[in-house]
Amino acid sequence: MLAQALGSPAAFGQSQFAFMRGNAFEAKVKADGGAELMRLLYGRMGDPDRPEPVDVRTPDLSAAGPEGRAARTALALREATESGGWTLMDHPMLALEVAGSPAFLEPDAVVVAPDGRWTVVEIKSFPMIDASADAAKVGAAARQSAVYVLALERVAARTAGASVHDRVLLVCPKDFSNLPTASVVDVRKQLSVTRRQLTRLTRIEDIADALPEGTTFDPELPREDLTAAVAQVEAAYAPECLAACELAFHCRDRSRAAGAVEALGRSVRGELGGLRTVDAVLAAARGEAGDPADPTVSALRRAAALRSEALGGAAC
Amino acid sequence: MSLISTLARLEAVETGRAQPSATVRHRHLSDHPLVLVPLTTAGEAGAPLGALVGTDRDHPRLLTVTQPRDRDLRFAFLAQLAECVLPYIETYADTVETAERNELDPETGKKAKVEVELCADAPQLIVPSRAGIDFVRLLGRSMRFRRTAEEDPETPYPAPPRVPLLGRWLTHYGERARVPGSSLLLATTDLLNRHWATGQSTLEDQHLGALLAWIDPPDGERGAGAALRAEVDRDPKGQLSCPPAGPATDPAFDNKLLAPAIERHDRARQALATAEDGLAADAHLAELAAAERQIRTVLEAVMRPTWDAVWRGIDQLRTLPEGTRAMDRWTRDRWSFTGHRDRVRAGEPPQPRRDDAVTAARKLASRETAQAQLEAQEALDDPLVMAGRRLAGEAFAGEVVDVTMAWSESKRPSPRPLIAFRTDDAPHLAERAKVHRSLEGKPQSAEFVRYEDDGTLVLRLVNGMGRSKDPAPGTVPEKGDRICWTLFEHSSRGGPELPAQEDTPWTHGGPPGPAAESTAEAPDPVTSEDVL
Repeated sequence: MLAQALGSPAAFGQSQFAFMRGNAFEAKVKADGGAELMRLLYGRMGDPDRPEPVDVRTPDLSAAGPEGRAARTALALREATESGGWTLMDHPMLALEVAGSPAFLEPDAVVVAPDGRWTVVEIKSFPMIDASADAAKVGAAARQSAVYVLALERVAARTAGASVHDRVLLVCPKDFSNLPTASVVDVRKQLSVTRRQLTRLTRIEDIADALPEGTTFDPELPREDLTAAVAQVEAAYAPECLAACELAFHCRDRSRAAGAVEALGRSVRGELGGLRTVDAVLAAARGEAGDPADPTVSALRRAAALRSEALGGAAC
Repeated sequence: MSLISTLARLEAVETGRAQPSATVRHRHLSDHPLVLVPLTTAGEAGAPLGALVGTDRDHPRLLTVTQPRDRDLRFAFLAQLAECVLPYIETYADTVETAERNELDPETGKKAKVEVELCADAPQLIVPSRAGIDFVRLLGRSMRFRRTAEEDPETPYPAPPRVPLLGRWLTHYGERARVPGSSLLLATTDLLNRHWATGQSTLEDQHLGALLAWIDPPDGERGAGAALRAEVDRDPKGQLSCPPAGPATDPAFDNKLLAPAIERHDRARQALATAEDGLAADAHLAELAAAERQIRTVLEAVMRPTWDAVWRGIDQLRTLPEGTRAMDRWTRDRWSFTGHRDRVRAGEPPQPRRDDAVTAARKLASRETAQAQLEAQEALDDPLVMAGRRLAGEAFAGEVVDVTMAWSESKRPSPRPLIAFRTDDAPHLAERAKVHRSLEGKPQSAEFVRYEDDGTLVLRLVNGMGRSKDPAPGTVPEKGDRICWTLFEHSSRGGPELPAQEDTPWTHGGPPGPAAESTAEAPDPVTSEDVL
């Protein structure tokens, strides 16, 4: 809405075909009290010396509001851990503090084993063809699951006898069929990355404190006022933002208008040392500005000379 | 990215137009490429939605699936696709020339030259984007293990006759596309990105519409503005005016146009199935036909801009002259095509799901060789690429300032002239480092001797001067000649040869035993569970 009001809308949305297919697949995996899911879990992560899961409990986690559901989930997790049996939690609700404000997360499922270990289950509708899936999608699923594991760890810390598995079960359709297959994904790396990022995030209060009194991002405001208000918050635009953020087109406009070299990619910025804008780089390359003793400037001049020589002296 | 291409991007930002990053075309383009613009159903693996396919830019063939989850309709689509693609491939299979190839003689165990057939040209497939190449591979995988009724009368859901064959060809093309520098299956975005630098990031360059907006902007407009319009402009109905190049569709298209059309089609089909008398059935049939037409219309409307964009891209690429050595790589593609043609004709089973360790090692080695070769050939073909190598210290150009004759100190002295050479480049030369130059297309080598006090290089020419005591005329550079030396070899020899099959080490599964005989893979189990 804010992006729309700023005049740079970005389209994010899901096709109803993908949505329907995803829901149908998840329902199929969880059918019969999660029998298929438990079979996959035991097959991939189970200890062959221990008995197969029987009498899997599936507690009712419904409650009013996200806070209520999160409290209900924490209670159910404690009960499940104490019971010493198998429990499948369908869409539990977890709370995690992000930048000083709580965010509510809803994993597809969490399984509690008799030994008190909790495992996150992520159900995705992209296929696993010949036992391998699209690496980018698996990576995204792993990052997502790592956040769930982190949130679960906060609950487990307050629950006796509980621990959270640092491997998650990824369930996907097999080949071109609708049959589920599963794979164990190690998320230890994603966990440590997410942990570090969470501690480094600037708290929302600190950002709000830095803004002038009375700043609002009301989409009803005139566009110029709104743009000025948004400009108060510093944004570090990089092209990767386009895939993730609704304000990315707005930030790109600003970044391009400022002539920032980051708009061409983070790696470009790395090559150009202290030169931050397009004009500065081109001026340095043409010998109009810059200190020739600076290695970046001299490299740029050489590059420009070689390029114009190769192009027959036409450009530059 | 080298500093030279970064500079090109910055210039593109300043001028508002894409800047050249090559002076010749580094990929062979067929005179009659087959363009394929596929669309897939969101959320479903290998469920095509439609395609535009053909060799005539004004008359693409439109293929559609009116209900992507219906197995019969999907098979009908694939059968039609086979009827478009296979005849095109087959026209190239029979025009052959003879070539010589080194083959191991099974009796003597020695290498001998044999005469074999080589297809005179090869069919070339062009898709809009890299995702299109992945989709070709996926389609190949989904088809090649299917069984036709003829192969297996028991199979519950037989595939149409030519579908498994199309699967094998698409798989071959998909695999070949992984070889650096190959041109059997090309993505338009990759081709354009190789030859132009835009004023946006490499991520944004994957959008075919935005990319073309930089390379060939509409009159008077700057690239950034035209690209932005290609990315976000929507018509009053909320549809993108430049639809994504696929195979994925825009969610707004799925939800607002496609889903209602498919629903109308489903309703008509159901009504037809439950029609009670002929008159009602006729009415329902007409409604079904209308619903089908509607789906075809919306799909064509969303694919046609991409189809035209691919041909515009091809036009742009044809303005560049083809690099001399691109033909050499195309010959390798012809070998690859001929090889697969022979395997199909010999009745070999489809490509396995996973390569065994030996095949994988072979493929990896050949791709490494191809990569090294591609890098060397592009630099030799194109001064702009060479400029990048010179900047990196991997090549140097300059002028011969003096030549001193010298000979080796063996019993039969050979010429070893010393060349004094001046360059402004800064090559990374180690002691006795080998450098190479191209002499009428053939490589000639020299070794680095020393730097003189005034910065002049001294090189000793070591080969390519004939067998006699005095060098053959024209093989030794003269004072004043301008030469570009490279530190990399011009034709890569590849790594050490892999062991023979019977010497396969245990790490790669050991020598083939009797168990390795049955390599044919079982088809995918087809169940009624598949929501096809």
